[in-house]
Amino acid sequence: MAYVIEGETGTWEVVIGLEVHAQVISNAKLFSGAATAFGAEPNSQVSFVDAGFPGMLPVINEVCVEQAVRTGLGLKAQINLISVFARKNYFYADLPQGYQISQYDKPIVGEGELLLDLDDGSTRAVGIERLHLEQDAGKSIHDMHPSKSFIDLNRSGVALMEIVSKPDLRSPEEAGLYLTKLRSILRYLGTCDGNMQEGSMRCDANVSVRPVGSTELRNRCEIKNVNSIRFVQQAIEYEARRHVEIYENGGTIHQETRLFDSARGETRSMRSKENAHDYRYFPDPDLLPLVIPAELVERIRAGLPELPDEKKARFMADYGLNAYDAGVLVAEKTSAEFFETVAKGRDAKIACNWVMGDFFASLNATGRTIEDPPVSAAHLGAMIDLITDGTLSGRLAKDVFALMVETGKDPATLVEERGLRQVTDTGAIEAEVDKVIAANPDKVEQVKAGKVALLGWFVGQVMKATQGKANPAMVNDLLKAKVLGE
Amino acid sequence: MTALTDLTLAEARDVLARGETSAVELTRAFLDRVVAQRALNAFITETAELALAEAARSDARRKLGEAGAMEGLPIGIKDLFCTEGVRTTAASRILDGFTPPYESTISARLKAAGAISLGKLNLDEFAMGSSNKTSAFGPVVNPWTRRSDRAARLVPGGSSGGSAAAVAARLVLGATGTDTGGSIRQPAAFCGITGIKPTYGRCSRWGVVAFASSLDQAGPMARTVRDCAIMLETMAGYDPKDSTSVNRPVPDFEAALTGDVRGLKVGIPRQYRPDGLSAEVAAVWDQGMEWLRAAGAEPVEIDLPHTKYALPTYYIVAPAEASSNLARYDGLRFGQRVPGKSLDEMYAKTRAAGFGPEVRRRIMIGTYVLSAGYYDAYYAKAQKIRRLIAEDFRQAFERVDVILTPTAPTPAFGLDESPDDPVTMWLNDIFTIPTSLAGLPGLSLPAGLSAEGLPLGLQLIGRPFDEETVFKVAGVMEQAAGFDARPEGV
Repeated sequence: MAYVIEGETGTWEVVIGLEVHAQVISNAKLFSGAATAFGAEPNSQVSFVDAGFPGMLPVINEVCVEQAVRTGLGLKAQINLISVFARKNYFYADLPQGYQISQYDKPIVGEGELLLDLDDGSTRAVGIERLHLEQDAGKSIHDMHPSKSFIDLNRSGVALMEIVSKPDLRSPEEAGLYLTKLRSILRYLGTCDGNMQEGSMRCDANVSVRPVGSTELRNRCEIKNVNSIRFVQQAIEYEARRHVEIYENGGTIHQETRLFDSARGETRSMRSKENAHDYRYFPDPDLLPLVIPAELVERIRAGLPELPDEKKARFMADYGLNAYDAGVLVAEKTSAEFFETVAKGRDAKIACNWVMGDFFASLNATGRTIEDPPVSAAHLGAMIDLITDGTLSGRLAKDVFALMVETGKDPATLVEERGLRQVTDTGAIEAEVDKVIAANPDKVEQVKAGKVALLGWFVGQVMKATQGKANPAMVNDLLKAKVLGE
Repeated sequence: MTALTDLTLAEARDVLARGETSAVELTRAFLDRVVAQRALNAFITETAELALAEAARSDARRKLGEAGAMEGLPIGIKDLFCTEGVRTTAASRILDGFTPPYESTISARLKAAGAISLGKLNLDEFAMGSSNKTSAFGPVVNPWTRRSDRAARLVPGGSSGGSAAAVAARLVLGATGTDTGGSIRQPAAFCGITGIKPTYGRCSRWGVVAFASSLDQAGPMARTVRDCAIMLETMAGYDPKDSTSVNRPVPDFEAALTGDVRGLKVGIPRQYRPDGLSAEVAAVWDQGMEWLRAAGAEPVEIDLPHTKYALPTYYIVAPAEASSNLARYDGLRFGQRVPGKSLDEMYAKTRAAGFGPEVRRRIMIGTYVLSAGYYDAYYAKAQKIRRLIAEDFRQAFERVDVILTPTAPTPAFGLDESPDDPVTMWLNDIFTIPTSLAGLPGLSLPAGLSAEGLPLGLQLIGRPFDEETVFKVAGVMEQAAGFDARPEGV
């Protein structure tokens, strides 16, 4: 069901394009040797280049170039072997050079593609327009002094990849899926940590609406610097409704830049097109055109990891998982790796159920992460082995899992310590079955009279009597034989 | 015995090597001249104490047998080069109080080779000017005067006016200059000295206050061709900190001075005889060609058809880059700050107070030509013409080995009679600008005197990275010219 907005005059479709600023994982900045670690003391990671001192010159950090190429390849995009750095000129206190070195008409990466993983397990392709490298600005801090602003230049000059989608997204949900998938790919590639809270991934959303069925592109508004996926979705939803309202009241939308106020859940005008900066882009004369040897691209291509889409396909083919489960497991490289460790040499479907069920639930419950899980993949795998070899029933396994979360101990130890071994001794189980039958003659009659479902109640009683340790299949078989004579 | 300050850089080098004087003695002699000639206003910052201390260390190094290529030779540094611990002004108020915590690659190389800096030399503000009159520290006076009026003060040319005047007045053995459109060559011509703007990319721009990055190039200014060759060899070379510096070996420039130009073809561009070219300049140009013909070289008329577009092209490209390069002077992190009620007001007040009129003019022109809607008409078109101008030279160099032209259309003009109209002032660089746009090496050497007794310079232009041929031909011309005139009273 397509996302539409029902207005007074008709039905409207939303057209969304996203610009993501992804901070490149690199030890040094794009054009200087200064460090890039998050959370350092203000102005402790600033070279004279980053501070725009006289006579200082930029020198490209090759690692950042390789990261951009790697990302381009991950987005199945055109790698431009010759690209050009341009200066984007504007004055601001946290922009020491008075210009940002960016790329304008000749970006390092051209058109590519990203697949959205829809909830029904299907996928939809979204076009990537371009990816370019640019410097980040510093940070202005306005709330530390009543009349002064403080400037932290640690971020000044840090490498960003600006990844621009085509206006192919049609709903806030799709925007969310796009960001999730992009973040997943960046993390797989190791080119950006995707941490939106720390600002290492930021998103500008270009939003317009049009009547359903129309193919025009109406004036768009750009919502700047939204720092969570949820806020991006809220901002788009708000903005689209605002456009519809204005159009339906006979108004027009003017192209402008807007801010999202997350406290109020609304967007506000930041500057109109008339007041837009004239950035006076021109090729940076301090830098030669960036020429990438084709061999370098091939070397990077050869070293690419398996990416989420390929991994998902493999999980479906090799492990027999459905598209949804495979999609969830591959969303994070770490969860995919966790699953594969658990599934190795075991029944993949059981492994998948345990990872996606009790294991993911335990992450939520304990607030821990897959990098520091409450139950290791080895322990979970060992527990599945105990199920397979009959030591544990499914029910006992749940108890053992909970104990593993609680104690961090391996399942074999817990089975021993707590005597949780499944009872498979026919004689012992039979004795309990007989006791329950003897104690409930009326119910036995009802079963014999055809109320077969009541057998489940008998199974429950036996399990209760054995503290859950009886092998449920054996209990079931014995009851059937004794009550129904099967 | 010749006064120490009359020695050329090469002679001083040899005198020091023979132990006939010391770096300290030599430095003292030049420092005395610096003090005696303060009226020239050649220095913005004198560093006598640092110089003497360094001279003493230099003598010690020599005793240990660790003398560098320029050991103990007193020089001056144009105040566009950042010098660690010594204030650097770019002759602008906006850098008031700025003392760099780093040393430019060029000045570092000179110092590492043993050269002794006597201080920072005056220039046009941010190297924008052809008269040295735009300096916030006042104009430099040319040590040369007219025969008819010894009292009238003349400009030394610009922007490296302090460097040229200091060399001509024997305050230093040599000086660094920078050349964006003629800023080494034109003042060298006005002051009767030699200066070379090497091929773009030959010398590192790291630590040099930027004017127009795609044109700026450092080079030496000294009294003789050999002196320039010695200095350039020390200054030149790849610097990984400057992405536009070129990674190729630095030749032995001094060894290029073979004196043999037989068979060389010397291009004489038809387009370099504009109306209004001074008859004296035209005559010295012809004379220069005669010297070379006598030495066995062959003159070849050549065409550089896009020459007439060079000046307007330059005055789009250079201000465009300057408008961006000078954006960092905002009063926030260094230099002068004038407070304002808002950030924008602070910028406006700081920059209005800090920049002089010529710098403001070029920032405005540059901002305009890069603006949306004008970029294609100005900047993009200028870049295309720039390529055509470079192509003119490329084709010419298929037929000739070097090109000979005048350096400037006139000799030095009076401090008080220089043109009010900025465009007329810009015409001073008409012969030097095409070379800059094409990134080629260009050398100016003194070739004679005007009727008023003022030096006239000739320019030699070479193929990219062929400074050796330029030096070789310049050496032959220098010998033929026998230019031994010196400013009255020097």
